Amino acid sequence: MEHIRTPKVENVRLIDRVSTRKAAVGTLYLTATHTIFVENVSDTRKESWILHSQVCGVEKQSTTATGCPLVIRCKNFQVIQFILPQERDCHDVYISLMRLSRPEKYEELYCFSFNPKVDKEEREQAWNFLDLKAEYSRMGVPNYLWQVTNVNRDYGVCDTYPSELYVPKSATPPIIVGSSKFRSRGRFPTLSYYCQDNNASICRSSQPLSGFSARCLEDEQMLQAIMKANPGSEFMYVVDTRPKLNAMANRAAGKGYENEDNYSNIKFQFIGIENIHVMRNSLQKMLEVCELKSPSMGDFLWGLENSGWLKHIKAVLEAGIFIAKAVSEEAASVLVHCSDGWDRTAQACSVASLLLDPYYRTLKGFMVLIERDWISFGHKFSHRYNHLDGDPKEVSPVIDQFIECVWQLMEQFPCAFEYNERFLIHIHNHIYSCQYGNFMCNSQKERRDVRIRERTHSLWTHLWRNRADFMNPLYRADHSQTQGVLRPVTAPYCFKFWRGMYNRFEKGMHPRQSAVDFLMAVKEETQQLEEELATHEEKIAKLEKQQVKNNKVMLQPADKGKHLCVSPSDTSVANTPQDYTGNAVTRSPEWPT
Amino acid sequence: MEFAELIKTPRVDNVVLHRPFMPTVEGTLCLTGHHLILSSRQDSTEELWLLHSNIDSIEKRFMGSLGTIIVKCKDLRIIQLDIPGMEECLNIASSIEALSTLDSVSLMYPFFYRPMFEVIEDGWNTFLPEHAFKQIETLTDEWRLSSVNKDFTVCPSYPPLVAVPKFIDDDTLRKVATFRHAGRFPVLSYYHKKNGMVMMRAGQPLTGTNGRRCKEDEKLINATLRAGKRGYIIDTRTINVAQQAKARGGGFEQEAHYPQWRRIHKAIERFGILQESLIKLVEACNDQSHNMDRWLSKLEASNWLTHVKEILTTACLAAQCIDREGASVLVHGTEGTDSTLQVTALAQIILDPGCRTIRGFQSLVEREWLQAGHQFQQRCAQSAFSNSKPRWEAPVFLLFLDCVWQILRQFPCSFQFNEHFLVLLFEHAYASQFGTFLGNNANERVKLKLPQKTVSLWSWVNRPQVEERFLNPLFEANSLVIWPSVAPQSLLLWEGVFLRWNRSSKCLDEAYEEMVHIIEYNKELQSKVNALRRQLAQLETEDGLLQTP
Repeated sequence: MEHIRTPKVENVRLIDRVSTRKAAVGTLYLTATHTIFVENVSDTRKESWILHSQVCGVEKQSTTATGCPLVIRCKNFQVIQFILPQERDCHDVYISLMRLSRPEKYEELYCFSFNPKVDKEEREQAWNFLDLKAEYSRMGVPNYLWQVTNVNRDYGVCDTYPSELYVPKSATPPIIVGSSKFRSRGRFPTLSYYCQDNNASICRSSQPLSGFSARCLEDEQMLQAIMKANPGSEFMYVVDTRPKLNAMANRAAGKGYENEDNYSNIKFQFIGIENIHVMRNSLQKMLEVCELKSPSMGDFLWGLENSGWLKHIKAVLEAGIFIAKAVSEEAASVLVHCSDGWDRTAQACSVASLLLDPYYRTLKGFMVLIERDWISFGHKFSHRYNHLDGDPKEVSPVIDQFIECVWQLMEQFPCAFEYNERFLIHIHNHIYSCQYGNFMCNSQKERRDVRIRERTHSLWTHLWRNRADFMNPLYRADHSQTQGVLRPVTAPYCFKFWRGMYNRFEKGMHPRQSAVDFLMAVKEETQQLEEELATHEEKIAKLEKQQVKNNKVMLQPADKGKHLCVSPSDTSVANTPQDYTGNAVTRSPEWPT
Repeated sequence: MEFAELIKTPRVDNVVLHRPFMPTVEGTLCLTGHHLILSSRQDSTEELWLLHSNIDSIEKRFMGSLGTIIVKCKDLRIIQLDIPGMEECLNIASSIEALSTLDSVSLMYPFFYRPMFEVIEDGWNTFLPEHAFKQIETLTDEWRLSSVNKDFTVCPSYPPLVAVPKFIDDDTLRKVATFRHAGRFPVLSYYHKKNGMVMMRAGQPLTGTNGRRCKEDEKLINATLRAGKRGYIIDTRTINVAQQAKARGGGFEQEAHYPQWRRIHKAIERFGILQESLIKLVEACNDQSHNMDRWLSKLEASNWLTHVKEILTTACLAAQCIDREGASVLVHGTEGTDSTLQVTALAQIILDPGCRTIRGFQSLVEREWLQAGHQFQQRCAQSAFSNSKPRWEAPVFLLFLDCVWQILRQFPCSFQFNEHFLVLLFEHAYASQFGTFLGNNANERVKLKLPQKTVSLWSWVNRPQVEERFLNPLFEANSLVIWPSVAPQSLLLWEGVFLRWNRSSKCLDEAYEEMVHIIEYNKELQSKVNALRRQLAQLETEDGLLQTP
């Protein structure tokens, strides 16, 4: 609380970004965790809550006649503009928010103070909701080809890897340790996905420390072991997800990529996903376009092209497709890496898994996928999503891109996913919110050190409890789209701007009626009808039987009229016109009424 | 003329057909007066029947003696025919070219087509102006139906009956007609029953450079205003374009002469530019380079979505003036046959729930496009692949349909018809077995005796088993005005038309089927439960009766 200079400011105006004429007047409150705006309108008292951990930018604009504008930009793409009457208050709020939105220690994060009404036992149970051991055994490992290794039990071999890892049977501890010394940050090749049908696997690692000519026998043996763990195959792919030029440049620093001459039977492939800095800038440019006030179609499309964002999404999806194809069509194992093997590698592996295995297209499967490929393998959530005040150059929308790839796939395969767009947006939101412990820190080791499990709540059970909100009504487990491998088209016109994410808070831009909500309501009603049908049938059967016996039966009236009122439209929004005029109509005070 | 003269080679064997998303078929190619037919004679589903009038352009290629004809259709499909024998190929190509560009309307297929179905309800009589006006008469007595144009002399592009203010007599109308482009004097387009405000449309006033005025014109449009009220004139052209029109005898309403009206200029492009835009867009969609930057840049350069945005915005503005400002509106551009109709028709979709039903939409197309004198014959003569220099061609109607699709996407439950219906109208506007879209106006349709000699598209569409295909399963009557978003983020490329032949729609079709299934199953359960409830109630009474004595 020591960072809050002014806890309350009155007569603040909240500006509607779509039609700037509209503004709500109310009171602004600063708490330890939130900025809260309460509208003055007495009967509604509408509240807007902004979590400090979502704030990624606070901008104080120059004072005008109407007051002092304060713009707050959030990591979930909300942009809020307040106008405060007094410059001094604005400055105080600005300074407070600057500090509150940049916590310096993990202990300051919201998840340590977030306290829903859940008892201790339930909270602890929640952390066991997902079990990676169960996930690996679902995939069919350990088996005669793959084993669990405890070599990293104390994070001694690789401090950014999980303690339990799956490696080929023939990969002995000396091979593992040797290989890890030849890989950036010790991230040796280890199993990400195993395809039980054909023994092909997706493994992941960081780049080899090959420089211009260095070799490592153990690393070569490691790759050999991965290939041997796929008995049907005579070769394996090594996929470097970086652009070739970047990978070559790394050689000068003693890193680089596998020399095909040194590794037997590997097929080497560059994919060309750009690095985190390019992606950060690209998103920044796209968000600028999203923020434009009444842009023309040309402004928007030009800006979208210029940002390069969709090109990068396409590259990530194509990396996944390449790997999925190798596994499903050639039954070949694939080793995937980039530089450190925690960004592009995570993207490529998880997209490939999602394409290959329908399980990851279910609600629970998707959580498992994020838990495995992102959380357990040391994707640096804290750095990438700026949970603590840190190096801005470490920030990058890496998992955002993965989540968007899933959305693009949903657009192509509307029946293939059990979950809906809202689920993706919800997860995205919580990756940044710091409300749950799941995405804290940068590695399993750090989370253990900070005792995340003991001190915070898990997001997954929260999502699971609310799963009714996240269901895709078009999903059917027995639908042909649900089965097997997804083969998306990657022609440029298949990639769309994701309005639901990047302009999420511009309510006026979205469809005013939701087919998904409509269908969910219909399905819910269908379920009630099914139940009613069963009860009626039962009653009738009973009644008929009893009538034969001529016994008196008391009948409960059927719960009639319990019909759901399916109303898909948000009529209040549907009934509000936008500013179509460029003020041609409303700016007419001389108008007689 | 005999078609046979144009058909040099009526039949070629061993022709191979390549179509998007369909297996290659080898079979016999036949040319008839109106169709290109390819049949493998094995499986009727593999047959191709293509109307010559659907062919936009063809290209020939030769590899030795094997000729290839690429046929580019007005519905944007591209098919390929591999024809053995150079002479046969050349003959077929020149025949197709001749048959697909027949000059005489009376040789078009609708005059030869005999329906395989029984016409229950003749579409030519379903949407007569007098019927539409009957409805307005129940709401207001301020308007009358004038037959001043009964022999098409006052305005050649208007229908014989038009709705005008009650106290404006036919003589006045004749005078006003001389002051408006092509005689298109202001007529009633829409009556907003919520507040009695109206939308009218017209051609531009012929003010010329010296600011001619016409008292009768002023009187006419002022007659539509309530006491003390003002109205808006929405000119679909920019002020510059409107100024330039003066030099050619056109112009716009001067404030001094129309003090009760406020003029707003918008910027909907004219037909030549729209045609170019369509050509560029289709070219972008068919670009094989797989390069994202290139795609976005071409999409932008086509300006197609810019046109969509501008048209929608103008329509929303008109609707806003009527519904929100409580003002009447007059819409015109230059001729009043293109951008004007886009705006008046779309504004009605926004304002009037009736226009969002399948019948209501047909009625709207009939009133605001066919009767209103949009030159379908000229505008839809060629589509995006035409090699000839466009003269009067323009995708004005397609842009309107695109805008409707955009609103449908934003309000998926408010329309009784679905996207397929819009695609159907697009196809039939360009090539059809039905006579509905032939001719350029009511006058031409009468001269061509279309109602007597051809079948109406509506006759076919409104048969229950056909209509069913075009009904939106999500439809729930919505009596509200629907305000679409016109932000660039909200406007999408209409994949159902522009990417239809570029990517398989299998997964999307499956999703649609699933949606239908969910809703059908629900309805089925409803009726089952209702039946059981009745049965139960009956059993209860019987039971009660048994107990009473």
